[in-house]
This record gives sequence, structure tokens and C-alpha cells, in this order.
Amino acid sequence: MIAQAIHTAVKNIAIIGNPNCGKTTLFNSLTGLRQKVGNYPGVTVEKKEGKVLLDNGTEISLLDLPGTYSLSANSPDEKVATDVLLGKLPETPLPDAVICVIDASNLERNLYLLSQIIDQQFPVVAALNMMDVAERNGILIDIKKLSTTLGIPVVPTVGSKQTGIKDLIHAVQNTIRISDHARRWKLPEKIDSEHQELVSLLVENEKISERAAYFEAQSLLSTPHGIETFAGSYSQQVLSHLQKDHETLDALGFDRFSIFVESRYQWIKLVCDECITVQQRKSEQTISDRIDAVVTHRIWGFVIFFVMMATIFQTIFAWANVPMELIGMGFDWLGLQVGNIIPPGDLRDLIVNGAIGGVGAVVTFLPQILLLFLFLGLLEDTGYMARAAFIMDRLMGKVGLHGKSFIPLLSSFACAIPGIMSTRTIESPKDRLVTMLVAPLMSCSARMPVYALLIAAFIPQQSVLGFISLSGIVLVSMYLLGLVMALLMAFLFKKTLLKGQSPAFIMELPPYRMPALKNTLLHMWERSLVFLKKAGTIILGVSIVLWFLATYPKLENGTPSEKLGHSIVGRIGHFIEPAIAPLGFDWKIGIGMVSSLLQREVFVSTMGTIYNIENADSQSLSLREQMQREINPETGAPTFTALTAICIMVYYVLAMQCLSTIAVMRRETNGWKWPMFQLAYMTVLAYAGTFITYRVGLWIQS
Amino acid sequence: MSGLRLNTLRPGDTCAVEKIVSADPKLRMRLLEMGIIKGTQVEVIRYAPLGDPIELKVRGYRLSIRIEEAASVIVVKLS
Repeated sequence: MIAQAIHTAVKNIAIIGNPNCGKTTLFNSLTGLRQKVGNYPGVTVEKKEGKVLLDNGTEISLLDLPGTYSLSANSPDEKVATDVLLGKLPETPLPDAVICVIDASNLERNLYLLSQIIDQQFPVVAALNMMDVAERNGILIDIKKLSTTLGIPVVPTVGSKQTGIKDLIHAVQNTIRISDHARRWKLPEKIDSEHQELVSLLVENEKISERAAYFEAQSLLSTPHGIETFAGSYSQQVLSHLQKDHETLDALGFDRFSIFVESRYQWIKLVCDECITVQQRKSEQTISDRIDAVVTHRIWGFVIFFVMMATIFQTIFAWANVPMELIGMGFDWLGLQVGNIIPPGDLRDLIVNGAIGGVGAVVTFLPQILLLFLFLGLLEDTGYMARAAFIMDRLMGKVGLHGKSFIPLLSSFACAIPGIMSTRTIESPKDRLVTMLVAPLMSCSARMPVYALLIAAFIPQQSVLGFISLSGIVLVSMYLLGLVMALLMAFLFKKTLLKGQSPAFIMELPPYRMPALKNTLLHMWERSLVFLKKAGTIILGVSIVLWFLATYPKLENGTPSEKLGHSIVGRIGHFIEPAIAPLGFDWKIGIGMVSSLLQREVFVSTMGTIYNIENADSQSLSLREQMQREINPETGAPTFTALTAICIMVYYVLAMQCLSTIAVMRRETNGWKWPMFQLAYMTVLAYAGTFITYRVGLWIQS
Repeated sequence: MSGLRLNTLRPGDTCAVEKIVSADPKLRMRLLEMGIIKGTQVEVIRYAPLGDPIELKVRGYRLSIRIEEAASVIVVKLS
């Protein structure tokens, strides 16, 4: 009767596990599409919740905690997991029960976390995942014995095949009745008694729960720091007791720092010896080993890496083309329909050109972003991502970054937004920030139209060495410039602003696995929602503002070029002309720069407006000719030269002209400080870079 | 053959961990919690193509750590 009463109280369940244990797959199997992604208040860690319908009709909420190896971990992700379980996050209720996912093929290390969770005396169900992999590796687990040894229900599951999901839900329903909360690992006697004393003392004096005290007492006893570090955080009674404990244990020759971990692992060893039989495999080498021999090979490793990356980016461009055009056409059609309803005038212009045109230009990039996330998801799920970090770490280490920073930078060649979002796998907050700060320097796909227009118009059709075209060289140089500057700036930031020890590179290389496509698709779905919602709302607002600035004050008669010159944007162009003259730019290029402050590719359509050509994008040939013929009225020389074109391109490589990136930066760093800093440093960099290019160019020409 | 640093071993070598001598408590704790404690058997699988980091086999799984971190793990060579 009592058990029943408690049982119905199970509302919130947290699911936790080591990274790579198949937790996400299991979470997706349990909740399906009934998921909600948000943020924990105050941190950028993603909060993923889902609903599970139980057999008896009640609904429970399942919280997917970030993967972690232990409860004493340091990355922001891992810290959230610990804080939820210790009840330290005010807006997240303490879970009523916990599902701990353990990888059957990697039991020892996975049991470490499980044992820490059992310590916290939650009703726990262990989901013994990856049973198929374990069997293939010749690891036989006596599940019944494991369950009695641990004192909690153990349910075998194969997340990717939906096996055991029903059993798992059933076990969760019964968990409160079955779970035995005994902590079974043993400390050496002397430490155990001191630990218990300290726990009671903490409960008494600090008014914290027994389970929080149990955890805290361990870190207090094992701390390498002196008691004075904790002055003020604990009562004098606790501190003086702790001081005595430290002295006693040190005198007895204990290594206080490692004894807790060691004792736990000793117990785990006993559990494993009792419950696991390892069969002799036919071959010592697993499939994973054989793949690794090639993929991390001295030469082949790099060949495979570069071929894979080249293929992915080529594919993104090729596959995204059609849906991008379709989306573009869709927005054109929408604009046309709206245009038919609303009579000609400012309102129609605002809605069609301002709102629909502005939002459409951004949404057009969705296919590229989705494809990038598809490929990144596949790389992550198969386990290749860890190998990429493994082989690239040395190079990234040279600029003070982590091997894991490489992929976000590479992704930024397509678009900085998914690039910045994919920095979440980087553990050190400083490294993550540095990676985000330099990511927009990589030439993204929005710069392509600008490069394409300028190169086609102003770079002579010449060949170098007979077979390489000059345009090709210029294009590649722009991409390289971005890459080199990104690495250089990362190096500078690490040396100055975000100084700090390079975080340890301790990374698991998980076995290769078949990717769970469902996971990746779900992930893409979430990403697209985030992109459309967060970037979309802001883009809409700014598009409207920009339209007003480019339209008012109005000039009744005149060419579009004169009208634009009369508008606020045009006046800004004139206003900034003295500032950009040292770069070799006139006020018209200034307008281009101002109007593309929020989106780089707007430069092309702005140039189109200025040169009185409609639909500049589709007819850039004529825009090209117009720009080639443009004569500066003061000097009589052509306004645009190859040098001007290169200067503009250098500016576009280095400048931060992307509102969506700023919005994403704000979201990821939880504030305006870093996006503003990024905007500032990139603007300075762009100005200086262009200035130097222009001066050097003039000097070469003379 | 005691007192060797883990990074001096060659691929294929197996050793037992003696202690971790890093001055950084966070790094030490991380290595301990990943299962690198006194007595743990560690096999060196390979070095990354550019010589750093190093791939290890610990408790049946693969772990990669930088040479710098490996240098703080003192081991006894077994084979």
C-alpha cells in the first residue's frame, strides 16, 4: 500500500550515463518525438526533456542529463549532470528516480559512475546497454548476479534495436520498491570511520542532506588543498575536525587524494570478477582495431581525413543547391502573392522586399546547415570524430587549442552558425570561447557570391604556369587568408585574453559503430527549429529596420541609385566615405558595406540596386559590366580596379557581417559581451587588413 | 624496470601504473576516474600520426592522452 503510494509519486526521472554509452539512442527510443530542448538557467548547457507514457496511463517526465564519466567532473556539461543529481539547480527538481545507462562492453569504467549514483541513494535502474557488442567481444555478463551484487534492477537493452525498452519502463515503474540503497563499496577501515564522522558533522552543522554530505565529505577528505581554502565555507567545528582528519590520515601514510577512487575501483573489480566471463576471442583484433590501423595511419590517416572532408563539403554544396533554389523560389512566390494582394506602395515594398526578402535570404541557408549537421552527426555517431580530433590534435595544439576545435572550424567553411553550435563538445570553456571567436573568420558560403562577383569582374582571365587560373588562385587565397587569420587570432587570444593552461586532452576513442540515423535526424530537426526560431525572429526585425533605412527619407524623382544615396543608408555611405577612403573605397562601396553589415551576401544585391539593375543575382554578368565601366568623376580613372576588388574581398574575409552569427554567439555565451567583442576585433582586423592590402597593392603598382 | 614514464613506452608495450605525479589536481583526478589507478594494466596502442597524442588501452577501452599527460604517469613495464 505504501509502496503504491510512493510509486505514483514517480514523476521526474533523470537518465544519465558515460559519453558514448548509447544514452541518447535509448532516450530517443523511450520518448520518441515527445521531446523539448531548452537551456538550464544561467548556463549554455542544453536541457533535453521528454515524456514517457507508462502502461498504467500515467506520464512521467524524463530528463536527459549530459554524458559524464563521474560526478566530480569539470566541463560545464558534466557539472550540470552533477548539480541536478545533488539538487543544486534551483529550477530543476531533484529526480524521483534515475536510469543509469551502462555500456556492457565497457563495464568497469561505466560502473564507476553507477556506483557514485547509488551512493546518492536514488532509486536506480541500470540499463545494461550494448549487450550485442559485449557478446560479440566475448564478454558474457550474468545479469541476475550483477543485479543482486549491485542491489538494483539491471535491465539489458540494445538501444539501437528497441530491445528491452518495455522491460526498462517496467523496471522504472517498480524501482522504488525494488531498489536497495546500500552503498556497497568499502573504504579502508580508518578512512571509513573518519568519513562517517565527517558526514554526521556536516549534516549537523551545515544543515545539508545526508547524501549531499556523503559526497562532500569525500571531496573534503581527498582535497590536496589546505584547510584554509575552505575558511568561511564551513563552520569552525567542521574545519577543525577536517584538519585533524587530514593529519591523522597523512600520518598513517594514506594517499587521501586517490584512495576514494581506488577503493571504488577495487570494489568494481570484485563485481566484474563475479559477474563477467570473458571468452577467448578467435582474433585479438576487433573490427574497430582494424579500421583504426588505417584511419589513424601515418599517411592514410590524413589522406582519408582530407578526402572525407572534401567530399562532405562538395556534397553539401551540391546537394544543398536544389533545395536552396526551391526555398528561394518559394519566398519569391510568396512575395509575388502578397504583392498581388497589397496595392503598390510602401507597405507592399516593406512586406515583400523588407520582411519576406530579408527572412527568405536567411532561410535559404537552412539546407546547408541541415546537411552539415547530418554529416557531423554521422561522423560523431560512427566514432570518427574522436579520430579526427586524435590526428589533428598536434596541429591544433600548436596554436593552443584542442583537437576537438578542428571540426567546428572546418564546419564554419560552410556556415559559422552550425560551426559555433558544434563547439559544445569542447570541454574547456576558454577553448570553446576561443574557437567560437575565430570561427567566423573561416570563409563561409555567404561570402561566395561576393567573391564570385568580384573575381569574375576584375580578376584577369589569365593562367599561371599554363594550367592554374588566376581567378582560382585568388579564390583559394581568400579561403587560406581566413584560415590563417583564424589560427593566428586563436593563438593570440590564448596567449593574452583567454590565457590559461591548455586543458588536458583526455579523450575516449569509442569503438566504431553503425550510426543510428533516427538520432541524427532528430538532432537535425531540433537544430533547424532552433535556427529558424532564434535567428529568424531577429532577422525579421532587422530586415524591416534595414528596409526603412534604405527607403527613407524618400526622393520622389530620381534613379534608384540617387534614391539610395538620399536615404539614411546612403547618407551613412557618404558619411563614412572619409573613413574608408584609405582603403580605396568610395561611398557606393560604403553603402555596400553598410547594407551588408548584417548579411554579407547583401553586398551583391546592393550593388545591383546601386547600378540600377534589377535581380542582380541572376544577371550578374551585366552588373559585372556596369561595375567594370564605372568611372570616378573626380579622377577619370575606373572606380573599380583589380586592387579594389581584392581589397573588398579581404575586407569581406575578415569582417563580421552576419547578424545570425551575432545572435547565435549571444545565445551560446549567454550575453552580449563576447559577440560585441567579436564584432569589434573583427572590424579592426578587417580595416587593418584591407588598409595594408591596399597600401601594399599601390606600392607594387607604382 | 620501475619509474618509467608512460610516454617512453613503444606501441605494443604493456605496463602497470605506479602513480600519477602531475601537479594539477584536476588532471590527476580525471586520470584516476578514467580508471588509471595504481596497479591498472595499460597497453600502448599507438602514437598519433604527428607523434602526439598517444592511444592507450585501459580496462578494455581506448583512451587518448597527450604526451605531456602521459609523462606524468609513472609505470612499471610488464612486456
